Amino acid sequence: MNFPILSIITFLPFVAGVIMLMMPATRKNEVRAVALATAVIDLLLSGWVYLQYLTQGMTGYQFIEQYNWLPQLGITLYFGVDGMSAPLVLLTGIVMFTGVLISWGNDDPHVMSGIQDRPREFFAFLFLLAGGVFGVFVSLDLFMLFFFYEIAVFPMYLLIAIWGWVKTREYAAMKLTLYLFIGSVVALVGALAMYWTQYQNTGILSFDMLQMESAGFSAQFQYIWFLPVFLGFAVLGGIWPFHNWSPDGHVAAPTAVSMFHAGVLMKLGAFAALRVGVMLLPEGAKQWSWLIMTFAGVAVVYGAYIAYVQTDLKYMIGFSSVSHMGLVVLGISTLNQTGLVGAGVQMFSHGVMTALFFAITGMIYDRAHTRMIPELGGIAKVIPIAAIGFIIGGLVSMGMPGFSGFVAEFPIFMGVWEEQWLVAVITSISIVITAAYIMKNIRQVFFAPMPEKLEGHIGDVTVLDKVAIVTLCLLMIGIGVFPSIMVPMVETGVGYIMNLLGGA
Amino acid sequence: MDFLNTHLLSLILFLPTIAALIMLFLPSNETKLLRWFALSASLIPFVLTLVLWTNFDPNVTGFQFEEKYVWYEAINSSFHLGVDGISLSMVLLTTLLTPLAILASFSVTDRVKPYMMLFLFLETGMLGVFMALDLLIFFVFWEIGLVPMYFLINQWGSANRDYASLKFMIYTMGGSLGLLLAVQLLGVLFGTYDLVILYQRWNSLDAGSILLGMPVHTVKTIAFWAFAIAFAVKVPLWPFHTWLPDAHTEAPTAGSMILAGVLLKLGAYGFIRLVLPLYPLEAKIFAGALAVLAVGAIVFGAFGSFGQTDFKRLVAYSSVNHMGFVVLGIAAAGLASGTADAHIAMSGAVLQMFNHGLSAAGMFFLVGVIYERTHTRNLNDFGGLFPLVPIYGGILIFTSMASLGLPGLNGFVSEFMVVRGAYPVLTIYTVIAMLGLLFTGAYILKGIKSVLHGPMNEHWAHGEHKLTEINTRELFVIVPLMALMLILGIWPAWLLEVINKAVVALF
Repeated sequence: MNFPILSIITFLPFVAGVIMLMMPATRKNEVRAVALATAVIDLLLSGWVYLQYLTQGMTGYQFIEQYNWLPQLGITLYFGVDGMSAPLVLLTGIVMFTGVLISWGNDDPHVMSGIQDRPREFFAFLFLLAGGVFGVFVSLDLFMLFFFYEIAVFPMYLLIAIWGWVKTREYAAMKLTLYLFIGSVVALVGALAMYWTQYQNTGILSFDMLQMESAGFSAQFQYIWFLPVFLGFAVLGGIWPFHNWSPDGHVAAPTAVSMFHAGVLMKLGAFAALRVGVMLLPEGAKQWSWLIMTFAGVAVVYGAYIAYVQTDLKYMIGFSSVSHMGLVVLGISTLNQTGLVGAGVQMFSHGVMTALFFAITGMIYDRAHTRMIPELGGIAKVIPIAAIGFIIGGLVSMGMPGFSGFVAEFPIFMGVWEEQWLVAVITSISIVITAAYIMKNIRQVFFAPMPEKLEGHIGDVTVLDKVAIVTLCLLMIGIGVFPSIMVPMVETGVGYIMNLLGGA
Repeated sequence: MDFLNTHLLSLILFLPTIAALIMLFLPSNETKLLRWFALSASLIPFVLTLVLWTNFDPNVTGFQFEEKYVWYEAINSSFHLGVDGISLSMVLLTTLLTPLAILASFSVTDRVKPYMMLFLFLETGMLGVFMALDLLIFFVFWEIGLVPMYFLINQWGSANRDYASLKFMIYTMGGSLGLLLAVQLLGVLFGTYDLVILYQRWNSLDAGSILLGMPVHTVKTIAFWAFAIAFAVKVPLWPFHTWLPDAHTEAPTAGSMILAGVLLKLGAYGFIRLVLPLYPLEAKIFAGALAVLAVGAIVFGAFGSFGQTDFKRLVAYSSVNHMGFVVLGIAAAGLASGTADAHIAMSGAVLQMFNHGLSAAGMFFLVGVIYERTHTRNLNDFGGLFPLVPIYGGILIFTSMASLGLPGLNGFVSEFMVVRGAYPVLTIYTVIAMLGLLFTGAYILKGIKSVLHGPMNEHWAHGEHKLTEINTRELFVIVPLMALMLILGIWPAWLLEVINKAVVALF
């Protein structure tokens, strides 16, 4: 336990980013090698943490580290993971690894794949983002959580504005950053209110969240502050009606950033909303759960429907993310054991699935130079592995049994049944809509006759791309067939939350 | 041997999947190797099913060869398998038809590897439904089976396959939505998905209590229809049947064989395994409604079939017609449960499932045989082919007669039993259904006449279009089916005994 593994996971990307920035810009391959090595180390370490937690039957917060940072204000560097956050740390490691693989790029002018333009700066910013994300998931100190949260949001702006899709990148980057900053400022006000109220109640100046859980916030206080805190974070989770930035951001972002954005960044919002909103203000959560459930329910059905009518592949995935993140928030809003377990698994499952979707879309775009679904066709013949990956991702997305999506969505709907059966009935319609758009688009993109314009211009993907696709697919099938490699762990995390909800 | 005995069901269930995964690593251009590998891989489950059959004791009530593993503890769902006489006969049907379908697909030349893999995955999906003793596992396999079938139709189907495959998918998924919700309802109420426990707990609910703010009776009625509609789409019952003619017509030959032979049985099996035991009271109340739908399927299926000019569509509608009898038997058994009539009707229904599996698979195969040679399914393009292909003609007449219900062949036994069981309890419906049977005769004779008799279409007699006789491989597919049709027509007792004992114990 003395080995500071969580700090290493969190700070390694920052260190690697600085090292890369000091390397000469022309040594692209060396920069890429450093990036890959860092990603592999982080993946192995986060995988080790995950496996330790799972196999040792751990409960509660583990791998705890605490260092003084600003003791006068009660701020400490306080790290630890529980059953809820350990899968997300692993998810970040996986997305980081696969994101580096598919951004590797090459210098072949015919097949422009990955990142050729300033890979050094790209990877440095990407790692800044990754480090911030790790930080949020492992922070047990509210101030540090905010600190890393902002660190994670800021590089998104640069990554999208510089390496994004030329047509909309400035607009999307600006929109995304403004939305997220407004959300986090609102949440920050709530956090400060908690900090001072705790001081008034107990005389302790501390941002320690474990301590705040027993700060004795009055029901009145929780009732007022729950919504700003929860919704402020949930903006990043793409909650309806504040989801608008998200599809635009997805579309404009370069592939690896879309993977990060949908794969882990949106989880950041949902996770922080749960960690700070629900766990610190449980009474407020109980009061407002009907509203959150309504928002989430709308997001689930509306997101699926909007995804159905998209003609841009990336917008389609973007809105499907809104729909699936709606399911996460729906699970959280049930505030019961089953629903929360589902939400926890869904965060992981959706992260892997959507990272895969964006990775494949990026590969197709790099080769076909279009993402418009009607202009694509016959990709399965030239990039068979992309077709297989997309189909598996699609099945996960539809909640097909045997894949991780089912393992996640089923308990969410069960949890909703326990609270409000009508919502379960209405939101389940999204499953059929999802099946319709996924199947429709798979058929068009991969199996329709290839348009003449593309004939002969599309080549297969690289080995690195294939490794990324296979890794992500195996994870989704693994959890779908053997839920016990993840669910028991999430259950321990949820058990802790249930104590807070019951005890407050 | 011990391992074999205690894990027999999971071996049968997962061997096809394992074989499919091994195929992943075989070279994709070695089509011959791939075909033979798939065939032999699908024969192993068949052999194991024969072992299962011989070790099965029909006199034991309840489930045998049960296996139970931890699967999804958080929501109390375990991987629970087991068979009784009803599911055993369906397992036999599945493991028998899959190798035949694979053998029938030896003529497929396009992307053999994924094609064969999908078939093996499909087999696991279907078997899982028949073996599951956990509601969630049932649902898992119920849905999984859709995926390979969708891609088989979508990738290897004929001209209108996109439309047909999407319609198949959306209809079935839409139908399953109610099932999904009802499954969750049961899980939430009782905290378990184990069927054996659910049977008792769900039925011992106090009729006066309140669930979800509604009286128990209302909740049960809604859940009953949620289950019933999901299965009615799959069977398919009129008016939920419209996906079937499209899917059948567009599917590749072997796909149609499995679709008609086994997939439709999943729906009927759902009625038998879930709807009647879980909702005995509702089944009594709504037996009339089910019978109306069943009679609708019988009558309209027959009329629809008669009106077709596409040979494959004709056979497809005949499935609607025949499966109607299965549901009629089930409805009668639900209405009269506990009586001898119910047992006769239900045994007849299960036997009819098995028989229709044989004859529908045979008919679709024969349509496929002639389609492969002529590239047309239009009945008006044929005519007088009997002299050209006497063996094929004989086989077609034999199979058609089995499908029609000629005494001495299998269809007669089961349809007679259904009608015998249903007549005392659902008299009017049965009478109308019998009239529908008249049209069964009409469309089958129409099919035979248009293909084999009448003036010969000279186009097929000479030159490059000359029709060739059915070949040895194709005979290997159809002869086992014909043999079973004959055996079951003359001596159905070997199968009926197994089915009947399970039926008497259950209903």
